[in-house]
Amino acid sequence: MIKIKDISKAFGDKTVLDGISAEFDKGKTNLIIGSSGTGKSVLLKCIVGLINPDEGRVFYDLRNFTEADKEIKSEIRREIGMLFQGGALFDSKNVEENVMFPLDVLTKMPLDEKRDRANLCLKRVGLENSNKKAVSEISGGMKKRVGIARAIVNNPNYLFCDEPNSGLDPQTSILIDELIHEITHELDITTIVVTHDMNSVIGIGENIIFLYKGHKLWEGNHTEITHSGVEELDDFVFANKVMSQMRKQ
Amino acid sequence: MIFLGSLFVRRESFATYYKLVLEECIQIGINSALLFILVSTFIGAVTTVQTAFNMVSPLIPRFVISQVVREMTVLELAPTIMALIYAGKIGSSMAGGLGTMRITEQIDALEVMGINSSSYLVLPKIIASVLMYPLLVILAGVCALVGGYLVGTVAGILTPTEYVSGLRFSFNPTEISFALTKSFVFAFLIASISSFKGYFTKGGALEVGIATTEAVTTSVISILLADYLLANLLLR
Repeated sequence: MIKIKDISKAFGDKTVLDGISAEFDKGKTNLIIGSSGTGKSVLLKCIVGLINPDEGRVFYDLRNFTEADKEIKSEIRREIGMLFQGGALFDSKNVEENVMFPLDVLTKMPLDEKRDRANLCLKRVGLENSNKKAVSEISGGMKKRVGIARAIVNNPNYLFCDEPNSGLDPQTSILIDELIHEITHELDITTIVVTHDMNSVIGIGENIIFLYKGHKLWEGNHTEITHSGVEELDDFVFANKVMSQMRKQ
Repeated sequence: MIFLGSLFVRRESFATYYKLVLEECIQIGINSALLFILVSTFIGAVTTVQTAFNMVSPLIPRFVISQVVREMTVLELAPTIMALIYAGKIGSSMAGGLGTMRITEQIDALEVMGINSSSYLVLPKIIASVLMYPLLVILAGVCALVGGYLVGTVAGILTPTEYVSGLRFSFNPTEISFALTKSFVFAFLIASISSFKGYFTKGGALEVGIATTEAVTTSVISILLADYLLANLLLR
């Protein structure tokens, strides 16, 4: 479980996050949603420690991450897997080496064992025949899958996904969403997904927080989101034509 | 200084660094050797021709030509001029590579995994640079002298015996130590400045280009300043 308490962050005069508190449960796909520029990615970066919040604290299973020293932070981070928006795969390594990388630097596993584990994860994300391909040879959707395989290879307790289906076609987006959702349940981990994709929200949002102009305006799940009664959230949820028509019906 | 200090905290295992340093050594050393051989051989050859062209007095023995080539090569051409080329080739590659890693979130990915990204990415580059550049300078020095020998003897500027005796005449071994000291300092400056510029790139592809240019420009200026300071400190 991850708990954030009163997280605030400003860049110069611009306040991006203002006193955000939330709990993200273990074994659930937790979503942070909101329009572009509402601070979703900044909040995610505050949670994983890539950005230091100006105020507030982040707890990983009651361990105070924000005020921990570098060694403790490093220990907690070794329990984290993260899928970045662009995949963030290492260009100098092939698919298999990318997935093996966390094992290379964080464990003392023998090479064969690392390779087996990497290939198991690649198989889990449906890429069993692409392990020797260069990163430049694979598509955007495959990069996301490799990113997921790399994120789960070291058996993380926490999985973070920053806009996992940005730049993907609708079908691949759904596959990626389902993969994240299944992995969360299989491994019983705490997953936080930042997204503004309504398919993801409806499909996998077991616990959703909605950010608006740096504030948390609403919290609930995918069945509650369509009748939240929050005007800003309704504007966000029913922005596209299909959802808008569904609302009218 | 803070950046350099950060390289030594939360380090990974020795085996990890060993592998990374080895990879960087190949990237820096082996992949630059051909360029160094080519440039230094021609510089040595041209220096011989131009020195001979300026030494028209019958009172000056011809072996002085190779003596001048030796002095120029050891003191300046091999360590300093090659450092400028090294900054252009290796410095830009380091800054560009790290800058691209920064804007594509690869550095963030390392941090999230609990790895000290600056130490993991930059320390091996600096170590490899300090190890390989002096070797490249020795290679460049030898090639320049060989280039001078080939052109000098083939073009009939001086005989092989005159060339070799010029190389050996009033040779001061301290000059080699001076050249190697310079090469260590230049290697450190180029690797650390270029890494710093690349590591702290912000923005997109345009900023990576700017960081790369800044890395080369700053490295070149610092090489020239360090060259002057070291000459003042060590050759008095």
